[in-house]
Amino acid sequence: MKNSLGVFLASFMLWAFAGLAVAQDRPLIEIDMSGGVIEPIPVAIPNFIAENSGAERLANDIAAVVINDLISTGLFREIPGTAFISAVTNFNASPQFEDWRVVNAQALVTGAVSTTTDGQLVVKFRLFDVFAQAPIGDGVQYVGSAEGWRRMAHKVADTIYSRITGEAGYFDSRIVYISETGPKNDRRKRLALMDYDGANLRYLTDDSSIVLAPRFSPNARDVIYTSYANGLPQVFLMNLETGRQSALIEDALNMTTAPRFSPDGTKVVLSVIEGSNTDIYLIDLNTRRRTRLTTDGAIDTTPSFSPDGAQIVFSSDRTGRPQLYVMSANGGEATRISSGDGSYNTPVWSPRGDMIAFTKIKSGRFHVGVMRLDGSRENLLTASFIDEAPTWSPNGRVLMFFRESAGVSGAPQIYSVDLTGRNLRRVDTPGFASDPNWSAVLR
Amino acid sequence: MRFVKAGFVVAAMFTLAACEGQNIFGGGGGDGTGGSGQTPGAIEESSLEYFATEIGDRVLFAVNEATISEASKRVLDAQVAWLNRYPERTVIIEGHADEQGTREYNLALSARRATSVQNYMVSIGLLANRISVIPFGKERPLEICSAESCWSQNRRAVTVVAGGLGSV
Repeated sequence: MKNSLGVFLASFMLWAFAGLAVAQDRPLIEIDMSGGVIEPIPVAIPNFIAENSGAERLANDIAAVVINDLISTGLFREIPGTAFISAVTNFNASPQFEDWRVVNAQALVTGAVSTTTDGQLVVKFRLFDVFAQAPIGDGVQYVGSAEGWRRMAHKVADTIYSRITGEAGYFDSRIVYISETGPKNDRRKRLALMDYDGANLRYLTDDSSIVLAPRFSPNARDVIYTSYANGLPQVFLMNLETGRQSALIEDALNMTTAPRFSPDGTKVVLSVIEGSNTDIYLIDLNTRRRTRLTTDGAIDTTPSFSPDGAQIVFSSDRTGRPQLYVMSANGGEATRISSGDGSYNTPVWSPRGDMIAFTKIKSGRFHVGVMRLDGSRENLLTASFIDEAPTWSPNGRVLMFFRESAGVSGAPQIYSVDLTGRNLRRVDTPGFASDPNWSAVLR
Repeated sequence: MRFVKAGFVVAAMFTLAACEGQNIFGGGGGDGTGGSGQTPGAIEESSLEYFATEIGDRVLFAVNEATISEASKRVLDAQVAWLNRYPERTVIIEGHADEQGTREYNLALSARRATSVQNYMVSIGLLANRISVIPFGKERPLEICSAESCWSQNRRAVTVVAGGLGSV
């Protein structure tokens, strides 16, 4: 298995250019969570300047990734290069703001890329508010290995996004998912890993066993998932650096599913299937000691920690159809939070802590939705034959999920959607794809 | 169909296999009774084929349910009677669900169905240590249309016979 550790651990030195005043402390755009229409910000991103001849292709590629990251949010509109009436040829010269204002650019990004003789890549950029004729924040420079150029581009886009919206960025992140091939009655599944935008895809398992529902550890160096490698559904842990994988619980006959890490990465919460009963357990990763958290005779499954690690949301059919419940991370009394018609499944706590995303099934339709922690303000963001398994962007503003089409040729694809239900987009994967899980922003 | 062609022994066997293949993979046994026809002398009673086609190797379930219907009990009664005639045999009960549920919930639901079968078999006299259970959730549909006609066939528990002479 190919080891991409070099890319994983590409380190970035980051420092600010001195001398440029910060223009503003209010974001140019505020992400409206009430569902109102957002007019995308027109942004001009002229070609990044290649500061030496070896950097030309990377300069173009990096600018393209930055543009794609920003446009894909639905919050930015790219002003095409053909409209430009001035070019940026000197990274250090002040832009001709009037030239950018007449093409209606509200924000301007200038960048420069150079390579060093020892194979390092240097990426610099500045962000300007064209109307205010002033920089937004200081210029930023990243230095890293050339093979990590995509990550540097994502870091640039994250910083731009963050400065314009006031929200943390999420582009320098990864997705682990299930790649699917073959007909519906003979589906082959593999664990796959890619950048959030679909780049750098690699497969982590072959298709000899069913694999389901992978989830990242908080530092994105391990993945936990369900595999039939031993003939039964069992939770496996894989280290992404070494590719080593092993069953989490050594008892050969255990049947376990629906794992997720605790926010500190030291524990895993999962479901143990024991006959007709499925209950939630906590596994300490150091001692492998199990603690049983639920004890009723129903199906209690898909547990997910709150970001502070104190509580767990899960689904249970203890009153009939599956509903969502919250309990202490030590178990005990659970409080039902969902109350609408239909069934509620696969709850996932927002990384901001203030919302729960879920899969709702009602009248034969599937929805990805969100609600407050007390079950109020339920908002269904999507609707289709099957929309399932939401996962949060690291900043809690976007959800990915999979959508499966109906019928004999029905197959899943991964989609993303804003927390407001806008900007529904298919995530590009080479084949069928399901069960996405979004990592935290990489370090 | 098999009675129509009963005059041609070879052709009848071939047609039977094809017909029963369709019964397994293409539907039939809608009330959970599986194949219940009589084919005099055609199939060796101890064979896996006999178990699958003459007794019926599966029972079906209602939406979101794991209850064994009366029709299903008759199939399982016959399965257990057969298994008690061939005590070297063991069985794996595979539980399945239709696509109208989430992946991880359906995995647990299919375990509930397979366990219902296991519990019923034990209750009528099959030794518990001859039975194991594997839940497949919605991972292994037999029928692939997105309509109740297919979903009803996918909400199933299949008794897979293992062990003993001639096991495969």
